[in-house]
Amino acid sequence: MRIGYYPGCSLEGSSKEYNDSLFAVAEKCGVTLEVIKDWSCCGASAAHNLNHDLALALPARTLALAEKQGLEEIVVPCAACYSRIAGTKNEISRNVAVKAKIEGFIDLKLSADVRILTVFEFLQKYIFPTVDQHIVNKLNQKAACYYGCLYTRPKEIAAVEQIENPMEMDEVIAKAGATPIEWAFKTECCGAGLSVSRTDIVAKLSGKIIEDAADRGAESIVVACPMCHMNLDMRRPEIKKQLKKDINIPVLFITQALGLSMGIPADKLGLNKHYVPTDKVVNCIVKMEA
Amino acid sequence: MARIGVFICHCGENISATVDVAKVAEKAGKLSGVAFSVDYKYMCSDPGQTLIIEAIKEHKLTGIVVAACSPRMHEGTFRKAAEKAGINPYFCEMANIREHVSWVHPKSDATTQKALDIVRTMVAKVKKNAALFPIKVPVTKTALVIGGGIAGIQAALDIANAGHQVIMVEKKPSIGGHMSQLSETFPTLDCSQCILTPRMVEVAQHPNITLHTYAEVESVSGFVGNFDVKIKMKAKSVDYKKCTGCGACWQKCPSKKIPDEFNEGMGFRTAIYSPFPQAVPNKPVIDRPNCTYFTKGGKCGLCKKVCPADAINYDAVDEFIDVKVGAIITATGFDLKHADFFPEYGYGKFKDVIDGMQFERLASASGPTAGEIRRPSDGKIPEKIVFVACAGSRDKAKGIEYCSKICCMYTAKHAMLYKHKNHEGKAYVFYMDIRAAGKDYDEFVRRAIEEDEVQYIRGRVSRIYEKNGKLIVKGVDTLMNSEPVNIEADMVVLATAVVANIEAESLAQKLHISYNKHKFFAEAHPKLKPVETNTAGIMLAGACQSAKDIPESVSQASASASKVVGLFSSNELTREPIVAVVNRQAPPNFTSCTGCLLCQEVCPYHAIETEDIKDRGGNLIKRAARVNAGLCQGCGTCVAMCRNKSIDLQGFSNDQMLSEVMALLNS
Repeated sequence: MRIGYYPGCSLEGSSKEYNDSLFAVAEKCGVTLEVIKDWSCCGASAAHNLNHDLALALPARTLALAEKQGLEEIVVPCAACYSRIAGTKNEISRNVAVKAKIEGFIDLKLSADVRILTVFEFLQKYIFPTVDQHIVNKLNQKAACYYGCLYTRPKEIAAVEQIENPMEMDEVIAKAGATPIEWAFKTECCGAGLSVSRTDIVAKLSGKIIEDAADRGAESIVVACPMCHMNLDMRRPEIKKQLKKDINIPVLFITQALGLSMGIPADKLGLNKHYVPTDKVVNCIVKMEA
Repeated sequence: MARIGVFICHCGENISATVDVAKVAEKAGKLSGVAFSVDYKYMCSDPGQTLIIEAIKEHKLTGIVVAACSPRMHEGTFRKAAEKAGINPYFCEMANIREHVSWVHPKSDATTQKALDIVRTMVAKVKKNAALFPIKVPVTKTALVIGGGIAGIQAALDIANAGHQVIMVEKKPSIGGHMSQLSETFPTLDCSQCILTPRMVEVAQHPNITLHTYAEVESVSGFVGNFDVKIKMKAKSVDYKKCTGCGACWQKCPSKKIPDEFNEGMGFRTAIYSPFPQAVPNKPVIDRPNCTYFTKGGKCGLCKKVCPADAINYDAVDEFIDVKVGAIITATGFDLKHADFFPEYGYGKFKDVIDGMQFERLASASGPTAGEIRRPSDGKIPEKIVFVACAGSRDKAKGIEYCSKICCMYTAKHAMLYKHKNHEGKAYVFYMDIRAAGKDYDEFVRRAIEEDEVQYIRGRVSRIYEKNGKLIVKGVDTLMNSEPVNIEADMVVLATAVVANIEAESLAQKLHISYNKHKFFAEAHPKLKPVETNTAGIMLAGACQSAKDIPESVSQASASASKVVGLFSSNELTREPIVAVVNRQAPPNFTSCTGCLLCQEVCPYHAIETEDIKDRGGNLIKRAARVNAGLCQGCGTCVAMCRNKSIDLQGFSNDQMLSEVMALLNS
């Protein structure tokens, strides 16, 4: 099975470590990812606020290119890209008139039957079957899996089984030898795109998330969204000011956590690229007994 | 020579707006065998029917085709008109040019042509019609009531008081249903058990009612007036003829830690038990999976030793009885949605997040706390309670789009009961809308808000979590700038969605009645036949049809009882003669049937019997199939199976069907 890959802008820039760790994990398990040639921006939060046609046309172009390349399945690790692409597929496949219009805009034919996988669906489907033989470390820590909003709503494209209490990442983390904690802020909003314009709101919302994870003894927070990662990690100084306390829980991408358990070196997973130091996470790790 | 009349109805504008009715009438008049053709604005009206009657008489018509609505709507009307005019009513056929034509197609020549085509097929058919005569079947004047909650009780008492026999089947050890678990009832706050238990006793003592508790319907066959029902009597392990209900057994039973269903798991019961003190019958059963005697191979046996009446019988087995009834009322009630449906509310995870029925038990004088509202985790009296309405209901994402109807009222009642018992306590209600449309209902809710100072917050709760020993209820107040609201509560009560009884689907399949996607039983017509099902002789009462409160359940139960009593008012029923028949021929053949009985194999209603054809000396000439007209539902499966066309369906014969097809092909 050929698996397509849509990096989106974050995975090539601010969240390069997400990209690197995903490829490192895939490589270890002998899975290859094929980048969609000439992919374009998903529209992110800008397009759908301005122009609905554009918001559909941009992801539709990527889907059409994937089809042209003969891909039946693509992995979209960024939650925002996933939401835009899955949302577009949903709207186009339900409405022939919209589909015809969008095909006109992009000047490409579209059947919109490419399967779109989130990173945790990808891990479950392609990495889990062989992962056990590669796992050499136990993460040995309490981890809070944070899903945010884009994987859990709207219901039509939700990538999780229980939208109010998703468990997909918790399963991956348990595989990596961490203990997923029960907590209350799994699906709360981190402040998302207000990161630049209203950092105070992000500090308030992300602060609550970090505080609850800390109160329940989490030693790491695990995410699968570049935006969430940025808000919880890069905005930590503002969050600390808001909370009036010094909480230093590191924030990992799910692929970084799994990669650590597979014995992939921390720098190859990009753990050195974070604002909040990740040494504590690495120090928790214990070798598995043979 | 056939002389057929064709009557084209405009149905106001329902038909005439899309179909050129005058043209259809004109063309129909030219069809072979048609002696008269006309169109009219309302054929079903009194002048419309008179028009038909006069035309039959004047033109000496031998058969008529009324092109109008579905035969389900008005076939009976027009057949009666035909009968009045002096012809056999089965010489009347309907061409459905409303549901099949005008309602589903735009105005066009093709639409008019389709209407004409349908008229032509029916003209071809009616020419082949034969006179048919209604079938009379006897009525067994005994009713079966399934379920012994308030709806079943009301229906049973009404039928029994009208002088007919009633058999009531209840799967639990006692009748009473959910109503027996309730504390007080809205909008009057009278005690639920006080008004219910006299009715329960009345059922047990009524000379016309036979009560089978701890029993289930195993199978149902037959038809209206003549149902055969097999009832499974689960082994009670107690001989009710000897048992006096003294209670020595359950006082001594050593298995005391079984979660008590009657108290919604908030207390314990013994393995030999009667569910509650006012149970009817107030005699125990042994819960075998939880009884030491049955699980540990005969060890224990204490109840048998202490029983002064020697009523304990460990060797009892499930028994089956067969009964004949004329009508069935289903009153199987509802369930509440439970635990894993609400992970975001921590229901099933946090002990102090409970559902409405659990709150009823906490508030009930007969409950685990003797009516003091104490929270399950530590028995403390909560200082702050949050009530969440619409927990699961009206929530497409949860798959339940409907309103559970009773929650607005019982939530107001709960908040009120709490405030009456704890004046200093604080009660909050999160709601979407307040639906209090019943007699004295809105006044009741206003009283909770205005007199008892219950704080109503319009908004939904997104999550409930525990922090520092408090339940944090995270919600929003949509009337206050959509401000997020966080309440630190000591206890939370979820008004969880009302759903169909877990066994509703399997019962519906036994009864051959339809149900909706949520497994609530379907009424025959949402407005005009709200208590009947599509299967003649089976009626609905209470929440098995949809969420209902007590007054509604009781009203519907009385309504279905009146339908049953109406059915029992005559000694025989008239059935449509649309049944299969095996042909008859002159001797020596007698019939072309060879007795292969393939028809018997395929008949879904077990309506095919065998008939021995004998000569005068009593010697068997041949064995042939025979249709029991009382059981036959006219489905025609046997006709399709018969290898030499010996079976035919009256009213839809092979000959008639072929004529219809040929009329279409020859257009």
